[in-house]
Parts: sequence; C-alpha cells; structure tokens
Amino acid sequence: MVARLKQHYGQAIREASSYLGQNYLIVDRSEGLNLLQELRDREQFDYLVDVTALHYPQREQQFEVVWILYSFPRNERIRVKALISENENAPSVTTLWSAANWLEREVFDMFGILFEGHPDMRRILLPEGWKGHPLRKDYGIIQQDQEWVQANLGIESGQ
Amino acid sequence: MSNPPNTLAPSHQDLSGHDQTFLDTNELVLNMGPQHPSTHGVLRVVLKLDGEKVLGTECIIGYLHRGVEKIAEHRTYAMFNPYVDRMDYVAAVSNGLGYCEAVEKLLNVEAPPRARYVRVILTELNRLASHMLWLGTHALDIGAITPLFYTFRDREEVLKIFEKYCGARLTTHAFRIGGCLYETYEGFEREVKAFVAFVTPKIDEYEELLTTNRIWVERTKGVGVISGKDCIDLGVTGPLLRASGVKWDLRKAQPYAAYSEFDFEIPTRENGDTYDRYMVRVAEMRQSLRIISQAVEAIPEGPIMAKIPKVIKPPVGEIYHSVEAPKGELGYFIVSDGSTQPYRVRVRPPSFVNLQALDKMVRGQMVADVVAVIGTLDIVLGEVDR
Repeated sequence: MVARLKQHYGQAIREASSYLGQNYLIVDRSEGLNLLQELRDREQFDYLVDVTALHYPQREQQFEVVWILYSFPRNERIRVKALISENENAPSVTTLWSAANWLEREVFDMFGILFEGHPDMRRILLPEGWKGHPLRKDYGIIQQDQEWVQANLGIESGQ
Repeated sequence: MSNPPNTLAPSHQDLSGHDQTFLDTNELVLNMGPQHPSTHGVLRVVLKLDGEKVLGTECIIGYLHRGVEKIAEHRTYAMFNPYVDRMDYVAAVSNGLGYCEAVEKLLNVEAPPRARYVRVILTELNRLASHMLWLGTHALDIGAITPLFYTFRDREEVLKIFEKYCGARLTTHAFRIGGCLYETYEGFEREVKAFVAFVTPKIDEYEELLTTNRIWVERTKGVGVISGKDCIDLGVTGPLLRASGVKWDLRKAQPYAAYSEFDFEIPTRENGDTYDRYMVRVAEMRQSLRIISQAVEAIPEGPIMAKIPKVIKPPVGEIYHSVEAPKGELGYFIVSDGSTQPYRVRVRPPSFVNLQALDKMVRGQMVADVVAVIGTLDIVLGEVDR
C-alpha cells in the first residue's frame, strides 16, 4: 500500500516507516488533505481515530500534526504526520470526517495551530479570551492566564 | 362548544378563529447546565428550540479541564499512572490498563500471564460497575427511580472486591507498568465466583423492570437514532456503534491483555436508538460475566509482575495503543524522547468524541429527549475535559 501511495505522491511522502509494528507516513503539509482523502477513499481507512499534535520548539518546523486512522475492513491502523512551522496552517479534514471538528478545535486550543477550512475554529476546553496555548513546550506547568482569572473569577490567582 | 366559564384556556372555537396568537411559536434559546442533574456532571448544552422541538445544540465543555496531558509531561511514567484513573473515574481500571499496556509496549516488556488474567477480571468487573452506574442514572433521568437502587446495590459488590484487592474503591490504581503490584488476596477466586452467581439473576431483574416497561419503551424507542455510517463518520465507538449495527469491539478486533483466550460474543442491534443501546449494554454485562467466570477458573500460576527496570526509560519512539473501555475506544498516543518523562501523552477519549454526536442525535426531537440522549451517550465529564 505504501509503495502504491509513493507512486502516486512520490515527492509528497517524505518518510514511510514503522515502529513497534505500527506504520506511519510523514507527508508535506500541502499534500496532507489529498493523501488523507486517498487513504479514506481508495485504501478503506474509513475511521478517523484522532487528530493531535506535538511541539518541538528547537526545530525549524516546530509542530507535528498527527492523524491516526483505522480501517474497519482491513483492521489496520496508520498514522499520518505533517510538519508545520509557527506561521503555517494545517489542512482541516472536517470535509472528510465530521469527527475532525472537535478534535481540530482541541489541537488549536492546546497548540495554537489553525486548521484551514475548519467551519468553527475556536477554543473548546479553555474559555474564550484565554491567552496562551498550554501544550506548547514553552508554556509552564503552573502558568495561568492570571488576567483572565482575575477578571472573570474575581480571585487574585488560580494557583 | 362555548368556553367553560372557569378557565382561561382557549377553546376550540377560539382557536379556529382568525386570532392565531395562541399558536404562534418563537425560536427560543435555552441554557441547560452546567449545574443540571441530567447532564451527569458539568456539561453545558445550549439548545435552540422551536416550541418543544430542538433545532440545534451547542455543547460548552471544559469546566473540568485539569490539563492531564500537560501534567504527564512533567511526571515520570510511573508517577503519571494514577492520574489516568481520574479521567473516566467510573471506569478507572480500564484507563489504567490502556496506559500500562501502552508503556509496556514502548518498553518492549510483556505482563506475565497471571497478571494478564487478573487484569481481565478486574477490567470486566469495572465494565459491569460502569454499565450499572450508567443504567441506574440513565433510568433515573427518564423517570424510573427503582433501577438506581438495584444497580447501586449490585455495584457495591464490585467496589468491595476492588477495595479488598487494592484498598481503593473508585480510583483504584490497580495496575502497574509491567503487571500488577498486588497478589490476589486470600479467597479472591471464591469471592469473584460468588459475585458472578449473585449478579447473574440481578441483570434479569433490571430487564424485568425496563425491557417491556411501556413508559421506558415509549421514551427510548426511536429516540436519538444514529446510523452506523454516521457513527463511523463521527468516530463514535463502543456500545453506541454496536447498537447501530457495526459489529466491532477492540477486544475481538485487536485483542489485548488475555482477551483472545476467552469465548464471548459481541452483542449488536440494528436500529441505533436509545432502546437498542440499552439492550446492547445489558447484553454486554452478561458477556462480561461470561469472561469473568472463564478467567477466574483458569488464573495461571506464576509471577504477577514482569521484570522491569527500576527507572523506566523507554527508548526514543512512539506508540498508539487503545483498549475497549466501557465507553468506547480509549487510546493512548505516547511519545518518548528517551528520558524518564514522556515527551507527550495524548489521550483519545471516547466520551469526548462520542459527545460530538449529540447534535446529530437530538435535532428534530423534543427537549425531553435531550435528557434521554445525554444519558444514552454515557459520557463522563472527567474524560471529556481531562
């Protein structure tokens, strides 16, 4: 399957590998959506398990967006990753799977990555108006948006 | 027909006239929660209504957000283990199982057979406890108070076994990376067998109360219908998916722990409504009892803990491992950078993903059905918000 995909998207797939028996692909951001569509329509990966991200502040392309797919007919999983820099957007897959809606909102909430084509790109777990994206590595573990806490909760500090 | 003198209510005559003011409807926005008993925690739903009919919903979540995934990055692998119990706190054992197995895979160790059997027994007991709690509260939401007393009485027996095994009733922290910390206590097998014998007829009792109860059937049949195709599109898993006709259970599809060694079935139903989800969960409780009685007869001898290093330092790499929690697919995506702390732990929470289906399930239904559908989704806000 990976060979076939490589034939189609030769340049776009930067790396196809497997670790502990789990396959993953690293693809170009611009080809992400097409490749995921291909996986869904031609390779029967019909279930979007999860969308998440990783932050590597020391890298040039700081973020890794990860899509985990599962195929009911094949009983198989695959992970697709795209590397994204600070000012770039990730492609939204809400047109392919409705499940992506909240999952992408959570990634935006936690990492500040914007998804292009998402119908409702706003925070989901943290309140509107909160400053900062907590799952970035430069966000401290006890850090809070004190301004928001003081203005909205009427207490000096959330700690 | 003239108006009876003592009432303000309009008569048929009044209404058939030109004055339609009594029949005009306005769109109304109704706030439900976060402090509302039927939302099972701190879920807030904003409903857009046309009279009694639901036009749309919006879920506002995050009230219970504790930053579990952030905490994981600042704890060692073993230290993070008790935190996972606090996500889906009514099924803490399943959470721990998924996490421990994921880290074991990263470390390339396997729990010994004895530990895997004990894990299956405790996880299935927990599934029973979780389904019992769901059934009691769900029935209470719809107006039947008796099932709550029945299920909580029987759930207590599960919690007693947990308490005797590991000292805790709810957030058990029963498993450790590499196996189980505790040996089974004296008389564990006997008590589990006695529990199975005790609870098997009790499930028939629940069914006697509800399955053919006219009020229950009217309130649940055809309510919150979702098709198998929509379930897959929305990523909905667990009993919800199975009640919509998709026969998929991770315990069978990708067996973990010792599930491949037991004989059990995956109950499914076709209609995907609230009634079918009830039937699937009740059938699942019976299958859990079947697994427990097979496992408890055949617990292998041997060590209960694998040999694992004192300092857990998995090699650089990543793993996605998921288990069939009572709510659906619970996955852990763990990235290791070779240090003692995980670089990233992502939890794929079944409740969060399943809750997204609420809008699809209640559109066009009545306000009262929203309560039934929230109940049937079986969400735990600790897991939705993490």
